[in-house]
Amino acid sequence: MANLMTYREAVAAGIAQEMRRDERVVCLGEDIGAAEGVFKTAAGLFAEFGPERVWDTPISEQAIVGAAMGAAMTGMRPVAEIMFSDFLACCWDYVANEIPKMRYMTGGQVSVPLVIRTANGSGLGFGAQHSQPVENWAFAVPGLKIAAPSTPADMVGLMAAAIRSDDPVLVFEHKGLFATKGDPPPAGDHVVELGRAEVRRSGADVTLVALASTVPTALAAAEQLAGDVDAEVIDLRCLIPLDARTVLDSVARTSRLVIVEENPYQGGWGGTLASIVAEEAFYDLDAPIRRVASACVPLPFAANLERAVVPTADRVAAVVREVLDTA
Amino acid sequence: MTVVTEEPRVEELLALYQQMALIRATEKAAYDLFMAGLVKGTTHLASGQEAVAVGASAALEPDDYVFATYRGHHHAIARGASPEACLAELMSRATGLCRAKGGSMHLTVADRNMLGSYAIVGAHLPIACGAAWSAKLRGTSQVAVAFFGDGATNIGAFHEALNLAAVWRLPVLFVCENNLYMEYTSIKTVTAVAQPAAGRAPAYQLPAEVIDGNDVVAVQQAVAAAAARARAGDGPTVIEALTYRQYGHSRSDPGKYRPQEEVDAWLKRDPLLVLAERLRDRGVEQPAIDQLDAQAREEVAAAAEAAKAAPPPGEDSAFTDVWADGGAQWRT
Repeated sequence: MANLMTYREAVAAGIAQEMRRDERVVCLGEDIGAAEGVFKTAAGLFAEFGPERVWDTPISEQAIVGAAMGAAMTGMRPVAEIMFSDFLACCWDYVANEIPKMRYMTGGQVSVPLVIRTANGSGLGFGAQHSQPVENWAFAVPGLKIAAPSTPADMVGLMAAAIRSDDPVLVFEHKGLFATKGDPPPAGDHVVELGRAEVRRSGADVTLVALASTVPTALAAAEQLAGDVDAEVIDLRCLIPLDARTVLDSVARTSRLVIVEENPYQGGWGGTLASIVAEEAFYDLDAPIRRVASACVPLPFAANLERAVVPTADRVAAVVREVLDTA
Repeated sequence: MTVVTEEPRVEELLALYQQMALIRATEKAAYDLFMAGLVKGTTHLASGQEAVAVGASAALEPDDYVFATYRGHHHAIARGASPEACLAELMSRATGLCRAKGGSMHLTVADRNMLGSYAIVGAHLPIACGAAWSAKLRGTSQVAVAFFGDGATNIGAFHEALNLAAVWRLPVLFVCENNLYMEYTSIKTVTAVAQPAAGRAPAYQLPAEVIDGNDVVAVQQAVAAAAARARAGDGPTVIEALTYRQYGHSRSDPGKYRPQEEVDAWLKRDPLLVLAERLRDRGVEQPAIDQLDAQAREEVAAAAEAAKAAPPPGEDSAFTDVWADGGAQWRT
């Protein structure tokens, strides 16, 4: 277990890997230069690549994402940082109206190969305007690819794939995972294809589908249940493309599905996944599909309140027991 | 680089007139087709504002970037779109400029670096900054030009763009087509400064100029000078071109909120009349000018017929061009 990498380090490692191989890759965002990002996710980039490729911006989310779009349309591969995913609301026109529609509206004339990376979700006690899990905002917009890695190696590989993609990709970096450690990626350039889920734990009794921070939550629940229940845990890794096939194949074996998502139950991505399984695999199911999502309230400040709102291993385990009727 | 400081040659002026007449005839055709029920949705015609597009385009290099608004037919044509492809797009034909997936508000000629018409007010100003930033990063001498209306100067993206362009010293030109009205409302009544674009430039320490936007030569000279500054590394310029739209804001607007004396005064300053006068001063006879108008009308009439005759897009094209692989698949 030597040389573990933190999730935080993996962000910069993934970007650096691509900046070394492709000089079109440039970064822009608030405090990402000499300051290396408020979460230190840009550590080492300014030192290695300099101000010509790592650009500090004003607090101007529309200018950041708009400029990234213009650069992407004209031959560059920009990687724009939006410091907190909540701030995507400040440039939502670009995320919802401009970037994802450009290729389509122009009849295929224009490509927008950019990455918007942003710190998402709860866990650090920043309160309702700096802690929301907003991956479902992006999930509502056709034309955006969405990656949300749960491990350092996947962060490197998915960041690389996002930068190489000719489509716009949002990369959600989970704030609650920044300090977590994992195996580094294998030697050499590491790329994880967008839209391929990973089975993190094999099991026969129930399928748990998770994303980013809820992957460790689901794995912890599976450990709690071990002995009584043999749970399979699928890490979706991306929301778009959505690897529904891996979920459907798993449900065909386990007959039970519990979706663990950090965004609110209302409008969460799990609703779409549940509808796919209900429409296409209803007769594989031996129990109702269940969703463990955040409560439909703004994210509260106090740690105990935050824990009361977001999915926890205990809540997931309790729902799994209900599904298996072993409660 | 093109720097125009002297009066253009007569042949150049005639070429400018030809382009403006082509745009005028296309807008007239768009209006007629709309009234005939052949254009669905809406159109925002640029009749009266031709000089801004044609004058600017004449001052730019072919590989410079142009970004326009939903009132952008004139910019698409000035950068090389054919009237037929534009009218076909408006009429939802497969041969449309954007294969009938964009419509009047999104005309784009990417192979001429006319990188779109944007229908969210002001959105393209930061995008133009990005294209200018890209040119700077790639070490080319390209400039990016964002054309926008007076109404766009009161939206946040305008201010974010001007600040970023100034701080990063980007080769970008902000060209405001001040037609005095933001949709149905006089821009004066909703703006804190008299010149909505040029009056804001000093706050960002950017050079600015208010010009006669109905004089194609004035536009050409101002844009050429600003582009030369940008190419020399001296950063952005704000140009506020005073002009007037001859139709209402959009298809359903007769423009009744504008005083008749004001309309009449501006119609006398029609950019085609202004240029015709200049041509006559240079010895061109009026019948020769009339001939250019007639040629443009004929060309556009043929274009409209060809566009009308084209088929609608195949329904399968609704499911193409979401992703770079050409498709729309979002899940396995």
